[in-house]
Amino acid sequence: MQLTRSIFGFGSDARWLMALRAPLRRVRRRSRTMSILAVIAALTIAVTLLPIAYLAVRALGSGSEGLAYALSPRTLAVVGNSIALAAAVAISAALVGVPFAWLTTRTTLPLRRFWLVAGSLPMVIPSYIGAMIFIAAFGPRGLAADLLAPLGVEKLPPIYGFVGAWLSITLFTYPFVALPVRAALLNTDPAQEEAARSLGLRRRAVFWQVTLPQLRPALAAGMLLSALYALSDFGAVALMRFDAFTRVIYTQYTSSFDRERAAVLALMLVAVTVAILALERRISRRGSGNYRAGTGCARRSAPIRLGVWAIPALLFCGLLVGVGVALPVGLLLSWLLRGAVAGAELSPVVAPTLNSLSASLLSALASALLAIPPAYLALRSRSRFRQWLGSAAYLGNALPGLVVALAFVFFASNLLPSLYQTMPILILGYCTRFLPLSIGATRSALTQINPRLEDAGRGLGLRRWQVILRITAPLARAGITSGAALVFLSAMKELPTTLLLAPTGFETLPADIWTATSEARFAQIAAPALLLVLVSALSLMVMLWQERQTADRL
Amino acid sequence: MTSSTDSSALICSALTKTFADAPVLRGVDLAVPPGAVVALLGPSGCGKTTTLRLIAGFDFPDSGDIVINGRRVAGAGVQIAAENRRVGMVFQEYALFPHRSVLDNVAFGLGGSARERRAQAAALLERIGLAGVGDRMPHGLSGGQQQRVALARALAPKPELLLLDEPFSNLDAGLRAQVRAEVRAILSHAGITSIFVTHDQEEALSFADSVAVMLEGRVAQFGTPSTIYRMPVSRDVAAFVGEANFLPGEAHGGVVHCALGELRLGAPLNGAVDVLIRPEMIDLRPQADGAAVILWREYYGYAQRVGLKLADGAALTARVSASWEGAVGEKVAVTILGTACAFPRS
Repeated sequence: MQLTRSIFGFGSDARWLMALRAPLRRVRRRSRTMSILAVIAALTIAVTLLPIAYLAVRALGSGSEGLAYALSPRTLAVVGNSIALAAAVAISAALVGVPFAWLTTRTTLPLRRFWLVAGSLPMVIPSYIGAMIFIAAFGPRGLAADLLAPLGVEKLPPIYGFVGAWLSITLFTYPFVALPVRAALLNTDPAQEEAARSLGLRRRAVFWQVTLPQLRPALAAGMLLSALYALSDFGAVALMRFDAFTRVIYTQYTSSFDRERAAVLALMLVAVTVAILALERRISRRGSGNYRAGTGCARRSAPIRLGVWAIPALLFCGLLVGVGVALPVGLLLSWLLRGAVAGAELSPVVAPTLNSLSASLLSALASALLAIPPAYLALRSRSRFRQWLGSAAYLGNALPGLVVALAFVFFASNLLPSLYQTMPILILGYCTRFLPLSIGATRSALTQINPRLEDAGRGLGLRRWQVILRITAPLARAGITSGAALVFLSAMKELPTTLLLAPTGFETLPADIWTATSEARFAQIAAPALLLVLVSALSLMVMLWQERQTADRL
Repeated sequence: MTSSTDSSALICSALTKTFADAPVLRGVDLAVPPGAVVALLGPSGCGKTTTLRLIAGFDFPDSGDIVINGRRVAGAGVQIAAENRRVGMVFQEYALFPHRSVLDNVAFGLGGSARERRAQAAALLERIGLAGVGDRMPHGLSGGQQQRVALARALAPKPELLLLDEPFSNLDAGLRAQVRAEVRAILSHAGITSIFVTHDQEEALSFADSVAVMLEGRVAQFGTPSTIYRMPVSRDVAAFVGEANFLPGEAHGGVVHCALGELRLGAPLNGAVDVLIRPEMIDLRPQADGAAVILWREYYGYAQRVGLKLADGAALTARVSASWEGAVGEKVAVTILGTACAFPRS
């Protein structure tokens, strides 16, 4: 759950927070440690949010010209495209994710464990690699076309545009729905379903009337995540040549150097994002009852026998894993082999790999450290302002990577030219973009620590900073580390921030893949792409392992 | 309990069930007459909840039969699903649907048009004294109210059998007696055969018409509360149901010799035995050359418990009236009231 919770940030923690804070209210004493933490948090947030504020100012400053551009039919079409893509992806991710989650938790599906792991793997394939594979497989003169040509199939349905973007993003985001829904399925009280059955309802009716309503919060959160992903995704949308916000912003930025227009579009994208977030808030607030009445440990209900339905179920899972995992990995491996046979050198990969590793590691370290003050304040401070500081850092989470990157380009090129396209600004960009991930992980680790333990430390004579160092930090270590791993994973494969902010000549894996893909030099990117997929998968494993450690200890 | 008759509302015979290589039920036999309120009483892990779930149809036995009102629902190749059994269930944590109003919860299992269902549910709510809360959501109710709503929901479709899983364990001690009385009244009014699971002996004895004591996956004894308490069939049953003193003794037909002298036995027996002495069978009189010494006293207001040591070192607990006077360290004479019960020593 920590994984999903850290992705979602803090969704339903509010009740917990109130419960946790209650015992602390009694003491009212000024703590210097808290003040120092507040200052650090405030500085962090100022640094990460200033460029975005600047972007907004510039966009609004473009006045009537900007407004005319914003309301032009072409721009409105872009808005429509983006919203349609986000909605379509959210719905299809739910249609794929919910059955997948249900099959792997509640039924006698053969090899459940395997499907669960393999079916979650598409998540670690960056969208631009996934889209590239899709093009190579299903595009004109692609793998499928080659295979089908002898059978007399002359032309495949076109992959470019909405369909390609929609299918590829769905395939690589459905685990965002499947994982929280799976967790919800495991956590719901089976007694409710049994109660419905003892009242005479058949299995199917039980699912619609009892199970599904209980899944609604998890489903909404997962769909929101998929929609936000689709809205903010740059790689797949650009490669599929679909005119959604991100592609048009990038085109404006690179081709015309009309940065004012890019800023206007970016601001509109932020507005759409905020609107979707607000919508989700309203939906999830409605009927947010206590879904688990009791405290006792739930008895596992007997899995549902699939019978002959096991065959379509296996086909379904096989299709997901085949297209989402086997196809990308297989294609990349075959390219790599073909390249090796042809005598291609691996040396061009070394420099970008080291660059990507160092930039991502530094960002992961920096955000792990910077995440502690806001996360701690949000949970443990009694001051409303400091709690707000703790939550404000989440703002970056909702913003698409391209917008954050663009904001930093604007800010640095206009106000701090000496920093423009340097390593520090790249790392700052990564931190802004991914700090919410590490704050989320740190925060959920802190949430699991009973504040009474800290009170006990204080009672034994420790000062607040000693308590943080000797009690809180060791207990939260797994969460903090997994937050850092998340940041590392995300920075390694982050495309837009890298494209826009990396120093000139600083080759990175994502940028390499991007350039090679746009030029259709597929064989050259096999090694870096495989490496990125591997790094992603490893980080995910580390995270899952740490999650289990935490769960075991608490 | 193989004396099953055709008129029984429920017959379980030789039920076995194994979870992950651990046998939970090792042959459960039970025959429940129509309209009875039966307690399944046992320590945790004895299989009582598993038995309940087999009867409800949430799980199926590995072997053995379950027959409800003459219809075989499990065993011999028959596996009737829970939704087709007409068996109502009240769950330990009530399992009210949190996304539906109280009225919709009660109406959930009813058939007919929406209006009929709502009318029936409203009538049921009124009967259990919750007429005003139909539009509220379940989590807004108190534990006792939730309990009654769960009961109304289970009774609404007029099941042939009602199962209750630890029905009172989630209630505060103060509330428990009151809710228990309310639930008993509702069950009596409905006249429905009910089986409830509990690990609380007092609850089982006071609430049920008959008690089935389950130990290690079997029904060790089935009988009225007073039979179970006063004439347990084994030392284990005696020890689980109520507080028990055991003294070693030698039985000769209708009498037994033990540290308290010669006692009359309810049922004749011969050889080495353990004599069961319930604390309230012990009568104490202060006496300078008495056979026992008072070790401790616990005062409860309505009664008191007194710890004794006999001359041979054996310890006994007695329950005497609240007004009884005696100081720790004093010697007392011990008399046993009524007949004792004994079990052959293994």
